[in-house]
Amino acid sequence: MQTHDLEKIFEQKIDNEIKIEPKDWMPEAYRKTNIRQVSQHAHSEIVGMLPEGAWISRAPSLKRKAILIAKVQDEAGHGLYLYSACETLGITREETINDLHSGKAKYSSIFNYPTKSWADIGAIGWLVDGAAIMNQVMLTRTSYGPYARAMVRICKEESFHQRQGFEILLVLSKGTDEQKAMCQDAVDRWWWPSLMMFGPHDSESTNSEQSMKWKIKRKTNDELRQNFVDMCAEQVKVLGMKIPDDKLKWNEERMHYDFGEINWDEFWNVVKGNGPCNKERLDARKKAWDEGEWVREAAAAHAEKRKKRKAA
Amino acid sequence: MNNYLRKFYYGDIPEDKAGGNIVSSEAKSDWPLWEVFIRSKQGLDHKHVGSLHAADAQMAMENARDVYTRRMEGVSLWVVESKYIHASNPEEAGELFEPAADKIYRHPTFYDLPEEVNQM
Repeated sequence: MQTHDLEKIFEQKIDNEIKIEPKDWMPEAYRKTNIRQVSQHAHSEIVGMLPEGAWISRAPSLKRKAILIAKVQDEAGHGLYLYSACETLGITREETINDLHSGKAKYSSIFNYPTKSWADIGAIGWLVDGAAIMNQVMLTRTSYGPYARAMVRICKEESFHQRQGFEILLVLSKGTDEQKAMCQDAVDRWWWPSLMMFGPHDSESTNSEQSMKWKIKRKTNDELRQNFVDMCAEQVKVLGMKIPDDKLKWNEERMHYDFGEINWDEFWNVVKGNGPCNKERLDARKKAWDEGEWVREAAAAHAEKRKKRKAA
Repeated sequence: MNNYLRKFYYGDIPEDKAGGNIVSSEAKSDWPLWEVFIRSKQGLDHKHVGSLHAADAQMAMENARDVYTRRMEGVSLWVVESKYIHASNPEEAGELFEPAADKIYRHPTFYDLPEEVNQM
């Protein structure tokens, strides 16, 4: 078959909402876009374990500790689902991880911010996981089959993450003055970085248009961001806290909340590696990888030995 | 070990003509890929849920437990090294499956029976 026939079949599938599966012909750019997006998503889950993991030993109660461990373990699981989905596109796990370590592949910039207080764990659940869910619910309908299936599994698990985060904040918001202040401080620090998670404006996003056409993405960055703001602007009332944006206001005409402009200089600065924790996060990942090398080798040697023993 | 392997992911690696680069990598100590199947409850089939890397079957089983069954998703696990799975080629899907399309008489709804026979 001619390439352009294959391309036609591919486009018909996309038009008819038929998922693309690993062995199907796909344009090279579609494959590359998916590799980039799925691997960066996987890296985000894995790096995302770091800021939260930092609070496991300091969680205020045994209950909170157990919940946080379960959540961090979920993030590891999500990373693994996604790495597997990524491998079906014809890239090895090792290459993917090397790209993270070399800085070629990015992960969500949000994880380059520090977790300074316990309330941050609540804010991450409510805002960061909340923003991630917006994106992930959309991605359960993405056109690449293995990615869509991984997202379905992830979404099922993710809603516990957001609810436990909101509950942490809710408890703090009913606590002492000091605890209330802690809660507001966390909301103040995580609000804007959470909005940045949706990426640049549609007009600025280089990947957006083609991704929409191929149904890798189903909603634009700005649409998702607006949905998120609308949701949070209501939920924050339950907490009795304030979103740190003077321009946040219900717009009757648009039936949406208006909100202020994101500090894009900060956004690009963090993307480029100059955020508060970029270096720390990558160093932690590399250290884990390097120090785990002997374990990987030993396990392989052990498996080999056992196989031989069995054969004998 | 210094041999070069071409990897097959449950038949998922792109064909040469599939527009992608064939991945070859040196087989260092990277663990093979395994496919995971879960029986969600007694009486149902095992269903494919995803894949993972592990050094051997025992480790694959343990990892599958941790990665795919954190919320009581199953009562039984199968793990199969991915290279042992042979998949049909999507380009041959027509030859394989279309012959069934014009044999509607294989379905019970093809037959018009009087009301009286009731639930046949």
